[in-house]
Amino acid sequence: MSNIGSYDERVKNFSWTIAEKELGYKPGDVINIGWYCTDRICEQGKGSKVALHWEGHTGVEKTYTYNDIRLATNTIGAFLRGLGLKDGERVCLFMDRIPELYLGFLGILKIGAIAQPLFSAFGDESLFVRLSNAEASAVITQKKHAPKVRKILEKLPHIRHIIIVDHDGVAPLKDREVAFSLEKSAPVEHFDIHPTKAESASVLHYTSGTTGMPKGVKHVHYSLISQYLTAKWALDLREDDIYWCTADPGWVTGTSYGIIAPFAIGVTQCVLDAGFSAEAWYKWIEKRRVTMWYSAPTAIRSLMKAGDEIVKKFDLSSLRHLASVGEPLNSEAVVWSEKVFGMPFYDTYWQTETGSIVIGNYPGMEVRPGSMGKPFPGITGTVLDPVKNEPLPTYGKIGLVALKFDWPSRMRTYWNNEEAFQKKFRNGWYITGDRSKIDKDGYFWFAGRDDDIINTAGHLVSPFEVESALLEHPSVAESAVVSKPDPINLEVVKAFVTLKPGFAAGKDLDLEIMNFIRKKLSPLAMPQEIEFVPSLPKTRSGKIMRRILHAKEWGEEIGDTSTLEND
Amino acid sequence: MADELKDIVLNYVTKEYLEDDSEPLTYDTPLISGGIVDSFSMVSLKRFLENKCAISIPDDEATPEAFDSVNKIVSLVQRFAAKKG
Repeated sequence: MSNIGSYDERVKNFSWTIAEKELGYKPGDVINIGWYCTDRICEQGKGSKVALHWEGHTGVEKTYTYNDIRLATNTIGAFLRGLGLKDGERVCLFMDRIPELYLGFLGILKIGAIAQPLFSAFGDESLFVRLSNAEASAVITQKKHAPKVRKILEKLPHIRHIIIVDHDGVAPLKDREVAFSLEKSAPVEHFDIHPTKAESASVLHYTSGTTGMPKGVKHVHYSLISQYLTAKWALDLREDDIYWCTADPGWVTGTSYGIIAPFAIGVTQCVLDAGFSAEAWYKWIEKRRVTMWYSAPTAIRSLMKAGDEIVKKFDLSSLRHLASVGEPLNSEAVVWSEKVFGMPFYDTYWQTETGSIVIGNYPGMEVRPGSMGKPFPGITGTVLDPVKNEPLPTYGKIGLVALKFDWPSRMRTYWNNEEAFQKKFRNGWYITGDRSKIDKDGYFWFAGRDDDIINTAGHLVSPFEVESALLEHPSVAESAVVSKPDPINLEVVKAFVTLKPGFAAGKDLDLEIMNFIRKKLSPLAMPQEIEFVPSLPKTRSGKIMRRILHAKEWGEEIGDTSTLEND
Repeated sequence: MADELKDIVLNYVTKEYLEDDSEPLTYDTPLISGGIVDSFSMVSLKRFLENKCAISIPDDEATPEAFDSVNKIVSLVQRFAAKKG
């Protein structure tokens, strides 16, 4: 029997107080995610249970019990407080998936500060924009990533501390840097956790927008309620599970379901800090006897590409339940997983802004391969007519995916950008930016984005941000960035570029521009293809018409070109 | 030829993908599984090899396993250089 039992019954009798009661929370109480994920589990007598099995790419392994992570997060919290960091300040985590990332996240929350996790592959420009917007007071990082912070430090006066967690003393510390070693620090047994309340800010994740710079999505400690219950019901996570979430905590899946929910439930989590390889992943599942595996369509398609034979080399019989997130899971992948693992991947749908799963396929419910599933109990979802902004009256018509904005983990605002936050609503509905249809049984079917945002391997990339960065390359006169189809990543970034006089298109320039963007923004934002063109399609008022280029890439109708310049 | 190519690839990966004070690479350092080069960055590394050696590596052959060390990359490149020759 699954945790959710009957989906229909849960919908009928739903209240978020189910989660509140299980967590022992009452409105008005102190609620601190750091405490719920560590101290509470220990107080239940489970301090000796393994909380985290971690393995690095060199094969180094570390194991932490719940008591270990309680002490470690206390120790980190005490260190941060000792530096003068206080509640409400933003503390950035800029690290690979090492234990200090997971423990640092909870340590930050324990002092009431706001954790700002950033993907460690970000280049200096991506890092600068996000740190600057958040006005972060400190960055916790590794010595390998510190040079990127140093490069932009002069422009970030609000940063008081750069905390290096693996300083070996070989190179001297530089301006504002301080060393911290979790292993060499005396464990802090007793720690006064900051008495955060439901609406106290907890996490700031950055997400890309169609126009303008990335936006900081503000979440609060009360998000725990949604994250806890969705992990139990949608992911069917149980206390005795050995759980592997493959997402990086630089992104929201990696914190909501890679830190908060699993530790709050008290499961044993596994983290493999290594690049992708089918063999290494299957070996990890076999070695750790993983029972619940939460991954992403890009990874699943990469495993499909590696073939069926390799699966047979490993004992994967421990697997009990599989789920996927990040981008639509194609029906072929669902069918394939049933064939090779004996069970489907259950697709789940949510966003940085939603903080937790809002639509999904649930255990016990019929999985319709390719479908997003149905709204989580307690969540009202619909598709809106894009003109009238009202729910479409008939089934099967494509509209805007919209939600009633009333569940615990919804974002509270965009950091320093309330105006952008308000623009996310129409007629009382939160507009996700995705399009879908609903079938007669209530299943949602993804139909694409409603804007120019590129979803590559489950990560959103803003064409505006890439175009802005391209213009900083000395050869680029103008650029237009669109998505192009990709069999593994769903979409990848493609750039159309016109060159300044004196520059000639060629393979070396192409590679130089690719690497320029990779280092400045991130590998995800790097155009996988650059097409040098003599001019870009523009309206008569001079606006670049991305949609024409997009339509050509996707083999779609170009549509109305009446405003096209020189057509 | 192979030794020269190894050094070219090693120097390129060091220059493009490593920070200044990183541990030096060896010919066998795991690049993909070691998290030095991610699957997206593999595309630019593949492009570099194709430009430098005037070959074309099919996407199906550009696997994380085939790009996982300088030695493996050089073997892959030599295979396609031989086909071309």
